[in-house]
Amino acid sequence: MPRTKLHLERRLTQPRSLNWIVPLVSIVAALVLGSLVLVLTGKNPFSVYWRILDSGFASKQAIRGTLIAATPLAFTGLCAAATFRIGLVNIGGEGQLFMGAVGASFAGLALKGQPGWFIILGMMACGMICGAMFAAIVGVLKAKFNTNEIITSLMLNYVAGIILNYLIFNSTSYWRDPQSFGFPAGKPISSGSYWPTYEIVGIEIPFGFLVAIVAGLFMWFLYRSTRFGFEVGVIADSPGAAKYAGMRTRTKVVAVMAISGALAGLGGASDVGNFRHLLDAKGLQLAGYGYTGIVVAALARFSPLGAVFVAIIIGGLTNAGYALQGPDFQSGLVGTLKGLILFTAVAGEVLTRYRIRVRRADKAGAQA
Amino acid sequence: MNSNLLIIIATSAVFYGTPLFYAALGELFAERSGVLNLGVEGMMLVGGVTGAWASQHVPGTSWFVVLASIVIGACASGLLALLHAFLVITLRTNQTVAGLSITIFGGGLGLSSYFANVWNVSEKPVSHPIRILDVGGLADTPIFGPIVFNQTILTYASWVLCVLATIYLFRTRIGLHLRAVGESPQTADAMGINVTHYRYFHTVLGGLLAGVGGVYYSLTIVPTWVDGMTRGAGWIAIALVIFGFWRPGLTLAGAYVFGALQSLSLTLKARNVHINGDLLDALPFLMTIFILVVLSSAWAKKRLGAPAALGQPYEREER
Repeated sequence: MPRTKLHLERRLTQPRSLNWIVPLVSIVAALVLGSLVLVLTGKNPFSVYWRILDSGFASKQAIRGTLIAATPLAFTGLCAAATFRIGLVNIGGEGQLFMGAVGASFAGLALKGQPGWFIILGMMACGMICGAMFAAIVGVLKAKFNTNEIITSLMLNYVAGIILNYLIFNSTSYWRDPQSFGFPAGKPISSGSYWPTYEIVGIEIPFGFLVAIVAGLFMWFLYRSTRFGFEVGVIADSPGAAKYAGMRTRTKVVAVMAISGALAGLGGASDVGNFRHLLDAKGLQLAGYGYTGIVVAALARFSPLGAVFVAIIIGGLTNAGYALQGPDFQSGLVGTLKGLILFTAVAGEVLTRYRIRVRRADKAGAQA
Repeated sequence: MNSNLLIIIATSAVFYGTPLFYAALGELFAERSGVLNLGVEGMMLVGGVTGAWASQHVPGTSWFVVLASIVIGACASGLLALLHAFLVITLRTNQTVAGLSITIFGGGLGLSSYFANVWNVSEKPVSHPIRILDVGGLADTPIFGPIVFNQTILTYASWVLCVLATIYLFRTRIGLHLRAVGESPQTADAMGINVTHYRYFHTVLGGLLAGVGGVYYSLTIVPTWVDGMTRGAGWIAIALVIFGFWRPGLTLAGAYVFGALQSLSLTLKARNVHINGDLLDALPFLMTIFILVVLSSAWAKKRLGAPAALGQPYEREER
């Protein structure tokens, strides 16, 4: 019997349609692999998927929750996509989002009594600054010492988590509610500073999500049509040429990291403003926004506008996870599905670069 | 009292450093073959939860159950490594993102947590934890007794493994081939070495070892499953490979330093030493960054010895 062999053949051109075919195929493939996990653990995949679809997208109420869950994910997705263009991997979105939440809740508490729009602007600014500064640590270390940004940004996630624990559980900080003795919690911001929701064509859209759309447009414009974006592209694709042309590589590395961190910080601010209204140390760490943002960015093939759109899909999954969690819908299932989506999105990249050919091994010898 | 404290710290350095070493040694093998696997954290957690499950469900004598748990946990983690190998070796995807997908898929919010909930692993302590084994009653020897002879079987095995790994890498033909694959797959291929086989084998081997590290967490350190219990150990293991200059012996030493750092907060708390606990918890992560910065300065770069082809897919057609 002749052996058949899978063979990868490099594509000479990349058809544009792959931009949406690959993510679509990835999601379907992830659901197929996920059903394998479900069957192995004695569940009916169809009923599980139906329930996810039902509680993530089927009603107005569900879509409202989905958009709220999608907002931080759109920002962390943008955060992960932002550094991709310069060839850096920022997996510190998690920690940068934490710091953004710290900054935003500080502004929310400190500006109490001011007009609502002023507090909201303050929260956004403070969240961005805190996220950007936290990410800039990684950028400076990369630019100055060429330190591996993957490991440093990840280590800082744990540090940020510990900072959250310190602020809420292990100290009497400004963020902690002095009235909470039994179980320590964050001090709530005043209801005047809650971020609004707008009803557009019958769908309630949270303010944070609108900001995410604007941020996505900004990133798209920045990388497509500005000198900064052009130089970032040159630095990534041809470091030698960038140096010869006198582009400031190091400054760009720090700037891109800071922008990326600012986006994640806005995500943290949106979590405080649109959703929790306080600094929730435990909830933030359990949400895993930053890591899910990497899934969002990869599925969007690292395009900023794509990330905002994909965030709605992944947000629906997240929202369904919150709504369904219980004895017959185990926590961890949604995370597993997200992991599988990332997995298939990564594997799907191969389709954009290669054609997969099946051919017989004996013929292969003759062809080669 | 002070020397006592030092002995306790040294003992827990070895105790907590052992799983770091297993995971780091696994990563070392994978990286020596040119495959960067950032999935260590996820692999450890999946290994840990399956090991805990096996410990509760495999029938037999205590020794058999412990052995079976280690093997089953290692195999579960090895399967994840196989997935990674398929992604990066066969499909030639970006190794960084592929490794991340393994960690997110298996990690504390993913598969390991799902398994723990479906199997009810976290309800009760594991029935057959890996106990400390006093070799020939030597644990009472002053100073060295508790540090060296008051450990678990996995620690003793790790020392043997460290020696074997060093011999394998630097004194055998296969080890030479492995290093050639990691340094220059083109040359290795021209020599008739099967680059794909070497990479697959060592990536999966890395997964098996990471799984043993995970089982050590769920069966020895806290003999009860807690979601996300490795708390970044997998990432520290990846950094340890760099700190150990891709050599098993130095990696073992590094693992003990970080074992000490990880346990410092517990040790000092038990001794009523008043130091900010959060700062101590953050210490391993801050130290990792600090050492990484020192090592990445130009002076150290020349002597680092990272495999030259690390992270690069090998495509025969594109030589």
